[in-house]
Amino acid sequence: MMFLQGRFLPVAVQKKSEVRSSDLAFLMALRGLALILILGFTSIVFFLYFQSRPLIAQEGLSFFWGREWSPADNRFGALPFIYGTLVTSALALLLASPVAVGSALFLTVLAPHWLRRPTAFLIEMLAAIPSVVYGLWGIFMIVPLVRTFQVDLQNVVGDVPLFSGPPLGVGFLAAGLILAIMILPTIASVCREVFGAVPTVNFEAALTLGATRWEALRMAVLRASVPGILTAVTLGLGRALGETMAVTMLVGNRAVISPSLNSVGATMASIIANEYPEAASDLHLSALTAVGLALFVISLLVNLGARWIGTFYRRKMGF
Amino acid sequence: MNLGVQMGGEELSLEKVSAFFGKKEIVKSVSFDVANREVMALIGPSGCGKSTLLRCINRLHEETPGAWVRGRIQLKNLDIYGPAVDPVEIRSHIGMVFQKPNPFPGFSIFENVVAGLTIRGVRKRSYLADVAERSLRAAALWDEVKDILKAPGLSLSGGQQQRLCIARAIAVNPSLLLMDEPTSALDPISTAKIEELLFDLKKNVTILIVTHNLQQAARISDQVAFMYLGDLVEVGSTAQIFTKPTNVQTENYITGRFG
Ligand SMILES: Nc1ncnc2c1ncn2[C@@H]1O[C@H](COP(=O)(O)OP(=O)(O)OP(=O)(O)O)[C@@H](O)[C@H]1O
Ligand SMILES: [Mg+2]
Repeated sequence: MMFLQGRFLPVAVQKKSEVRSSDLAFLMALRGLALILILGFTSIVFFLYFQSRPLIAQEGLSFFWGREWSPADNRFGALPFIYGTLVTSALALLLASPVAVGSALFLTVLAPHWLRRPTAFLIEMLAAIPSVVYGLWGIFMIVPLVRTFQVDLQNVVGDVPLFSGPPLGVGFLAAGLILAIMILPTIASVCREVFGAVPTVNFEAALTLGATRWEALRMAVLRASVPGILTAVTLGLGRALGETMAVTMLVGNRAVISPSLNSVGATMASIIANEYPEAASDLHLSALTAVGLALFVISLLVNLGARWIGTFYRRKMGF
Repeated sequence: MNLGVQMGGEELSLEKVSAFFGKKEIVKSVSFDVANREVMALIGPSGCGKSTLLRCINRLHEETPGAWVRGRIQLKNLDIYGPAVDPVEIRSHIGMVFQKPNPFPGFSIFENVVAGLTIRGVRKRSYLADVAERSLRAAALWDEVKDILKAPGLSLSGGQQQRLCIARAIAVNPSLLLMDEPTSALDPISTAKIEELLFDLKKNVTILIVTHNLQQAARISDQVAFMYLGDLVEVGSTAQIFTKPTNVQTENYITGRFG
């Protein structure tokens, strides 16, 4: 409200009582909305905490690095799911980021003008497809493709650790691939905005120094966009970490920790979606909520980390 | 490509240069010569095509979709629109300073100054440091930044950023410097600093400067060209243009009756 007072009233008559009533109503409405957000957030935290307490009371924090998950024996270790989430998300980022950044660059600077808007629109549309549809498509398209790839690879290079085990099609590789496809539009559309925000004069300044177009792109556009690209990738990672439906349909759903991408596995989100409806005991329910808590914390950390990197880079390089 | 270094003689020669955006003719058949190590000021009301003309000279105009150029521009003895000429090569002989300071984001002061050299694959630290110091001194910025070369270029003040951009432009040793209203975004003190700097720079390079500030044109230039609606109305020595212009439009403009 300060700025309104400063703008319209001489300093001497600035008093709280003179804030106009319409402003006051607006202010209250904003405060109310903010309050709802805060309440929502805290209630989620409390729910996760109290629901997981019985399990953590029994297993202790070793729950988070326990490797065995067998509800029938009341044995609950979350590591396979943490591992599965990290592996599939990392794979997705690795595959999607270069393609997304490249296509965004192509769309903002290289593509002929008539092609830019339709393609950009198409990318936005890709982001709007429901994840269960991606999952179905994945089962019919990705899984057979992945299986063929796995078979061919084993025929050609033999049994390498990263691609060992039976070529099932479903598993980490298929889940990572579908995740990559799903987060690609997210990363690409944010990158497109980031690149579009770089002033043309920066690009031209590089040209006047004798840079080719590609060099000018690299020095004036790409480098200026590093913080923005990081933000885009983080958003993509956020989506990959929490993505449930499509992953559940493709990952195989077994609590397995294996260095092989051919292996089936499970993620934090997929195990919750899979077992929650038929959880037999309270402890099982509590364990699944604790997995949710872990997912929540990891997502939070990833976001904070990325934010910190962004701020650090911005401060260091002066954006 | 050897442009050769001559003392005196023409640095730049324009012959019937027209610039187009699609079918629109923005610069209409402009011809003039600029002698080596001379400062020419380009003046005229807003929208008359000064920036466009400037951008023809380093082949930047053609980077805009639909934009094209007709006529002949010679830098020293080289026809810069000749069929075998590479625009990238041409641009590396012509520096340009823009209206708004535009250091590269993410580049330190040092990296900004030597950007033109690193593009060309120069990596030798000691050589780059030499060039950086020389250019920053020439741009009258060295004393202010010599201890903070690693700081981001964008952390400097507007006036310092503009001098940084001048340093960046002259670091590659151009024989011609194009400046498009380089002081219009700056305060009077920074403006005075840059004007002073131009006096030193012109010992080594030819300067073509666009300005809306007629006093500035009078102070720094040897020749003045007045443009109006895409036409070059009059070109002559600074003294002549400001004291006895031959064209009535020029006279109206410099006496402030329009524009
Ligand atoms: N990309 C473009 N497409 C079409 N017309 C353009 C484009 N850029 C500039 N113009 C037109 O060209 C004309 C000359 O523009 P220019 O920028 O060269 O003027 P100027 O003399 O530099 O003006 P100012 O003093 O305001 O900078 C203007 O009428 C402008 O509308
Ligand atoms: Mg202009």
